[in-house]
Amino acid sequence: MPLDQSFIGREYPPTEPYEVGREKIREFADAIKDSSPVHRDAEAARSAGHPDVIAPPTFAVILSMGAHHAVVADTALGLDYSKVVHGNQRFTHHRPIRAGDVLRTQVIVEDITARAGNDFLTVRAEITTVDGEPVCTALSTLVARGTAEQGEQA
Amino acid sequence: MTVRLSEVAKGQELPALNVPVTREDLVRYAGASGDFNKIHWNERFATEVGLPDVIAHGMFTMALAGRLVSEWTGDPGAIVDYGVRFTRPVVVPDDGVGALVELTGKVAAVNDDGTVKVTITARSAAQGVLGGANAVVRLPA
Repeated sequence: MPLDQSFIGREYPPTEPYEVGREKIREFADAIKDSSPVHRDAEAARSAGHPDVIAPPTFAVILSMGAHHAVVADTALGLDYSKVVHGNQRFTHHRPIRAGDVLRTQVIVEDITARAGNDFLTVRAEITTVDGEPVCTALSTLVARGTAEQGEQA
Repeated sequence: MTVRLSEVAKGQELPALNVPVTREDLVRYAGASGDFNKIHWNERFATEVGLPDVIAHGMFTMALAGRLVSEWTGDPGAIVDYGVRFTRPVVVPDDGVGALVELTGKVAAVNDDGTVKVTITARSAAQGVLGGANAVVRLPA
């Protein structure tokens, strides 16, 4: 069954606030073996023009993927998550995520298409502070393999 | 070290970056990112779903490719836009060696608004693993 295109444009309620901690930023930087002091040392971050330590550019995935849960769990949409692979990912940073940020993420179904028997679901996650300051827009395409109607290339 | 806009020209190559990736790295990334999908640490599960072996998180590969750019700019906060397509998985065998992710990049454009577009090539086991990978950075004048 292809995904219902009437879901395009649907907005899900924003997530509970996520407080960005210095140690979480350090943990993430360690995991990607990024030794930059701006991820660890507030003084080094301030020298680079930031108010506190900043997160690596892909740290936002913690928030965007967490917020995807609302879409994935929506039985009315009916995405078969066991068949999902990550197709592409883009982050537009309005400013770097930094320690002390308290962030909310709202997801919107940006697009739904079917090609060659696969469903393509593009989800936009708008990450803002709880005061509404835009921080990051994350655009993710999830591909559910073999779940759409069989096309000629399938 | 910080690269300045005045020092950048179209076609310029970024210093290459090679990153070894082991199973241990994938476990650490799983914990840090919260993505515990079994295809990234359980060989039995990975092969059952048709993969050749455990594969790295696409987002881990994307993060490593982002380092190519942020180590060049000197400030990870310089990256204002960053996108990739996940074309092939990075296969990480449990053989004491793991995989190697080889990253190269070059300046594709110096934009009118003073930002710089960098295209990134990521390879592992002699194959491209990311497509359409590019970052837009804002550099000091």
